Amino acid sequence: MTTAALVRDLGVALAPDRVRAGALELALYERDASMLTGQASVVCFPTSAGEVSAAVRVCRDHGRPFVPRGSGTGLAGGATPLGQVAPVVIVTTKMNKILEVDSEQRFAWVEPGVLNLDLSTAVAHLGLHFAPDPSSQQSCSVGGNVANNSGGPHCLLYGVTSAHVLAMEVVLADGSVVVLGGIDPEPEGLDLRGAFVGSEGTMGIATRIAVRLTPLPPCVATLLADFSTIHDAAAAVTGVIAAGIIPAALEMMDATIVEVVEAYVHAGFPTDAAAVLLVEVDGLRGGVDVCTSDVEAILKAHGAREVRVAADAAERAAWWKGRKSAFGAIARIAPSYYLHDCVIPRTRLVDVLDEVGRIASSRDLVLGNVFHAGDGNLHPLIVFDRRAPGVLEKVHEAGRKIIETCVAAGGSLSGEHGIGIEKREAMDLVFTEVDLEAQKWLRDAFDPEGRCNPEKILPRGGSRCGDISSLPPGAWV
Amino acid sequence: MKDALRSFADQIGSEGPVAVAGGKTHWGVGGWPATGTKEVAAPVGVVAHEPAEMIVRVGAGTTLEELRSTVEEGGQFVALEADDPSKATVGGVLAVGLGGYRRLGWGPVRDSVLEMTSVTAGGEVLRSGAPLVKNVTGYDLCRLFVGSLGTLALTGEVVLRCRPIPEAETWWVGEGADPFAVAAGLYRPLSVLWNGIHTWVGLAGYRVDIEDQARTVLGRAFRPAERPPPLPGRLRRSLTPRDLRALPSTAGVDRPWLAQVGVGVVHCGEAAAERIGPVGPPSSGVWDLHRALKERFDPAGRLNPGRSVSGVAAGAGV
Repeated sequence: MTTAALVRDLGVALAPDRVRAGALELALYERDASMLTGQASVVCFPTSAGEVSAAVRVCRDHGRPFVPRGSGTGLAGGATPLGQVAPVVIVTTKMNKILEVDSEQRFAWVEPGVLNLDLSTAVAHLGLHFAPDPSSQQSCSVGGNVANNSGGPHCLLYGVTSAHVLAMEVVLADGSVVVLGGIDPEPEGLDLRGAFVGSEGTMGIATRIAVRLTPLPPCVATLLADFSTIHDAAAAVTGVIAAGIIPAALEMMDATIVEVVEAYVHAGFPTDAAAVLLVEVDGLRGGVDVCTSDVEAILKAHGAREVRVAADAAERAAWWKGRKSAFGAIARIAPSYYLHDCVIPRTRLVDVLDEVGRIASSRDLVLGNVFHAGDGNLHPLIVFDRRAPGVLEKVHEAGRKIIETCVAAGGSLSGEHGIGIEKREAMDLVFTEVDLEAQKWLRDAFDPEGRCNPEKILPRGGSRCGDISSLPPGAWV
Repeated sequence: MKDALRSFADQIGSEGPVAVAGGKTHWGVGGWPATGTKEVAAPVGVVAHEPAEMIVRVGAGTTLEELRSTVEEGGQFVALEADDPSKATVGGVLAVGLGGYRRLGWGPVRDSVLEMTSVTAGGEVLRSGAPLVKNVTGYDLCRLFVGSLGTLALTGEVVLRCRPIPEAETWWVGEGADPFAVAAGLYRPLSVLWNGIHTWVGLAGYRVDIEDQARTVLGRAFRPAERPPPLPGRLRRSLTPRDLRALPSTAGVDRPWLAQVGVGVVHCGEAAAERIGPVGPPSSGVWDLHRALKERFDPAGRLNPGRSVSGVAAGAGV
């Protein structure tokens, strides 16, 4: 069937003005925030679970795969449309209502397009918040957080998205609707809710999500420590954990990042430091005081030149704005960046950071590190100008080397961004054929015909897409 | 431990009905294994506790007591509990997947699991997750296996998240207080338990915070308790946290039950369980997904035949 017929049927299922197939619109939705480009056949904007289900059924009738998409802030190509036939992109941004807030039972039912920070802002007057806080929280959606099992600085203490999702209404690949999980703690059967969270849109589209709301801490202290070597900073991170302290957040920025961030937001970061640690502790007043002085002593014992405690909420906000603006600020160096997301055993921080630095410098690439040091989740950031001849090859080669280095240190491919297309061919670095085959069983049980977000997560050799020999033209741009 | 896992896989093989036997403290959950089912044992022992990484690698046949005493030496603990830790094994607790009294503070059992090494129905060794405190690499089969009663794969070794032992854990008991107001007034309590008359409160963390909470929230209605109360029965029910309020009329105060306020788990005996009624079965769509998973993970139905995850809450002896 033709794309014109597909557009017509989707228009009947939704509304003609929410089904778009113009060249400009298709170009806008051919990629997410990664560097990977695909091709969409149609983009549609449902406003209800009924419309999502209807759109999925139209896709089925037309033999088209579909790609769920929230705000498109993903960095691994999870929402980049790929398929043997160009997929339909189903965008959830118009499903952005907070449906119910239950402050007594501390949860909210939300539509998938609700923005992460909007949810926390909306429930702040109840003394509650949604704990996962990715740096993109001003623009990423709760549906996208579910798809990627997103993290953020404060997940060190509070846990990643999976720990904050109670239940979901999901439209499956055949258009049927199921509810996974429940508001009660032990729903009958397998934890399909847990299996769905982090499946990167390959097992269906969440159309309603019950998220846990966490009480705002009554007291917060934020410490900023600067170090003259990155080794001292890394040792201080290990020192804090070894002392039996799990801060709410424990973040590191290296000199490259501190310099550009400071020039951009004027947060008061010491630009002559080799590394800066941002440590936050929260809880009740007494415990926070004890913990703050313990952390301060540990940081100083590990060579911190200065440890400052944020004087007030404004200073704390400025520091966090600096930390979370890093990915925008680096545009001062060059227009493009490639952000990695590996996890390593925390005790290997120093060796791995050294090696990552060598990988970049030996290729004349500029690299900064801004990451969740407390849980060993690295974010090496390669900054470049893609117009320079040959630079993309160097960037990708460096990226592969960084992944190999992290895996060799006992690490894993992704801590919070997901696998998507970006890292699917690296999956066999950490999993055997048996491991990948079992993952495919899970995916196939939800989507036996492979209609939902095809060509993601599982490597081509180990997935149902084994007959696709190469990425479509334009991918890996 | 590689050898132990290999031998575990060899014992399981690729044919014939098979189940892993742990301490058998919850052997009847989800139904008894069919007659003729071969019983194998999972590897025993703590392989490595790495306090700096906050992880412990442990054979699934290790008892919770052995795990606790090893990890405690490094100043940490694993958030798993069982009513008989000297018998209950790590693998058994994960296969059943139901936590104890401290779920409000600790979170569910599944959140402590970082990596599982299991044996498939085909007899092959399958690893899911990673020995790291944060990881989203690939599909989360660990979440699928915890609570699956060994019906999808048989687990031989796991890596669990460790946490620092708090400065103090104390328990309190009071009579006549509104347990829901108490739970709402406390900041991140470990546990709030209620039997319709008494309320028990568990607090963990810095001593200064516990004293502060005891003074400002618990007040004179509460007195120190040595420990939480014993289980009122071996069954449990799962209600929404709000539905617990109606327990005195639905379950009655004459039949013993104990509710986890803020969570929704009700521990009870048969009499109260019958009054509360069974947990609703999964919808047909959700059940279709269960069938589709079982067909793929265990097409011949050889893993724990006779057991079903649909019978966990309704079945015997949790």
